[in-house]
Amino acid sequence: MADIIKTATRDAYGKALIELGDKNDKVVVLDADLAAATKTGMFKKAHPDKFFDCGIAEGNMMGVAAGLAASGYTVFASTFAMFAAGRAYEQVRNSISYPHLNVKIGATHAGISVGEDGASHQCCEDIALMRAIPGMTIINPADDIETRAAVLAAADYEGPVYMRFGRLAVPRIFDEDYKFEWGKAVVLNEGTDVTICATGLMVGEAIEAQKILAEQGISAEVINVHTIKPLDSETILASAAKTGAIVTAEEHNIIGGLGSAVAEAVCEGGKPVPVVRLGVNDVFGKSGPAVELLHIYGLDAQNIVEKVKQAISMK
Amino acid sequence: MDAVIRKQLKIKACKARMGIIEGVFNAKSGHPGGSLSCVDIVTYLYFNHMNIDPQNPQMEDRDRFVLSKGHAAPALYSVLAQRGFFPVDELKTLRKSDSMLQGHPSMKYTAGVDMCTGSLGQGISTACGMALAAKLGGKNYRVYTILGDGEIQEGQVWEAAMFASAKGLDNLVAVVDNNGLQIDGKISEVNSPYPIAEKFKSFGWNVIEISAHSFDEIDAAFNAAAEFKGKPSVIVADSVKGKGVSFMEDQVSWHGTAPNAEQYEQAMSELTQALAELEA
Repeated sequence: MADIIKTATRDAYGKALIELGDKNDKVVVLDADLAAATKTGMFKKAHPDKFFDCGIAEGNMMGVAAGLAASGYTVFASTFAMFAAGRAYEQVRNSISYPHLNVKIGATHAGISVGEDGASHQCCEDIALMRAIPGMTIINPADDIETRAAVLAAADYEGPVYMRFGRLAVPRIFDEDYKFEWGKAVVLNEGTDVTICATGLMVGEAIEAQKILAEQGISAEVINVHTIKPLDSETILASAAKTGAIVTAEEHNIIGGLGSAVAEAVCEGGKPVPVVRLGVNDVFGKSGPAVELLHIYGLDAQNIVEKVKQAISMK
Repeated sequence: MDAVIRKQLKIKACKARMGIIEGVFNAKSGHPGGSLSCVDIVTYLYFNHMNIDPQNPQMEDRDRFVLSKGHAAPALYSVLAQRGFFPVDELKTLRKSDSMLQGHPSMKYTAGVDMCTGSLGQGISTACGMALAAKLGGKNYRVYTILGDGEIQEGQVWEAAMFASAKGLDNLVAVVDNNGLQIDGKISEVNSPYPIAEKFKSFGWNVIEISAHSFDEIDAAFNAAAEFKGKPSVIVADSVKGKGVSFMEDQVSWHGTAPNAEQYEQAMSELTQALAELEA
């Protein structure tokens, strides 16, 4: 077996920004004193004249991003998810999303896998917040390959995008020639007994879970939902019609994220099936090594397997 | 300032005041006080200072205007209408469900509006972004924004003030419409932002203090700001809330209240008389 390549999606984000800057002189990158951590520092080094550090003032940064975008620039504004979606929520809503401006929010350090910094920095509510804003697109890539493709696609899309990246290095899932389709969920493994809809770093866990389930005679269909809004209901409902049960898996509060979005789509799809959500169970996180925390909060393949059995029993 | 131009500006501003009253009266809601306090400056900018084209509101290298105190939308709409961006008759539709004139400015609905504002403190940041865009693109357009004196209680204003100064945005001019009142009372009593000029000076801004109702002082201030290099400029403009309508002047109760029919008649009568005197 070949060595598994592990890269944090934030690293792939930084690299993709450089690539964008090389070919598009309208790309501007902003950060709020976290350039080393969000990896926009890589862009700063490559394109210093197109990078502006706004300091520790996220609300103002989002407004500056809006003003630049209203003047013809494609703006990538980065900080941790906590401050992008949390602190600057209203600027993202009123200054960026209401006018539907071309601002791409690169939110890194999302979820519990921030690790040792603890609950104050572990944002598990960002998808819920961003999902409630009209016209916002939300992308949560699963690995470095998908991140690069998503960032390049976001630059070509006209309007606000919230891109969710992680701090933790995650295994590569896709091949170099992976083609990212805007808003289109990807069936990674076809199955007949249950559908696992996963996003972000939980996609890797879902693939692991599928293998464990296969050994136990359960055939799981795995769908990578990289775009949470707009949700690819068509792909998800078609799969649900086939398997008759869904498990969702996300590194986010079970309230308001992928699980909620899928449940809404399934309820209104006309052919309801059991939906069991795996996520952070409406609690704040705590300090600890990222991988350890993921296990503590149940965000792993084994817990997906448990949820799958629960979902199948409800059929 | 040339006497003829001064007189023309006074006439335009008076008509703009009539449009404010017309709009707010028909809407039965809105913010006349803070619209009347800043309308002389908005009139000056659109008629005598900014490089804009009513026939081409999206002209690429136009000067930009951001009404950070977005609740003064009636002032902006009234001036835009007078300037020819859309028919003056539209003012009567203010805040109606089929109107192009939203309660707070929206670039999605209204030609000539450069940014959605209304949530206080946010406009100045977007103006900073526009000014930065001009610098980045080597463009010489300038960006203007008007803040309320109450609005500067918002922390974001000072984030933006720090940013504009740190990035040397000398193509940005902010105005503080210093009418001394906010919804809950006198700003000095609610949560004093005074001294305003000193605060901006300490944030590295070029500060100019004027009367908001003297076109000579307004003209001198904006021209001085245009000449000033290296720093953003702020014009702290002492104004009278409700200026031009006797019973609204310096009354906090007229912050966000529409006149009834009788009050509307009186306000229009006063403004009609003022206009007649100006045109005489």
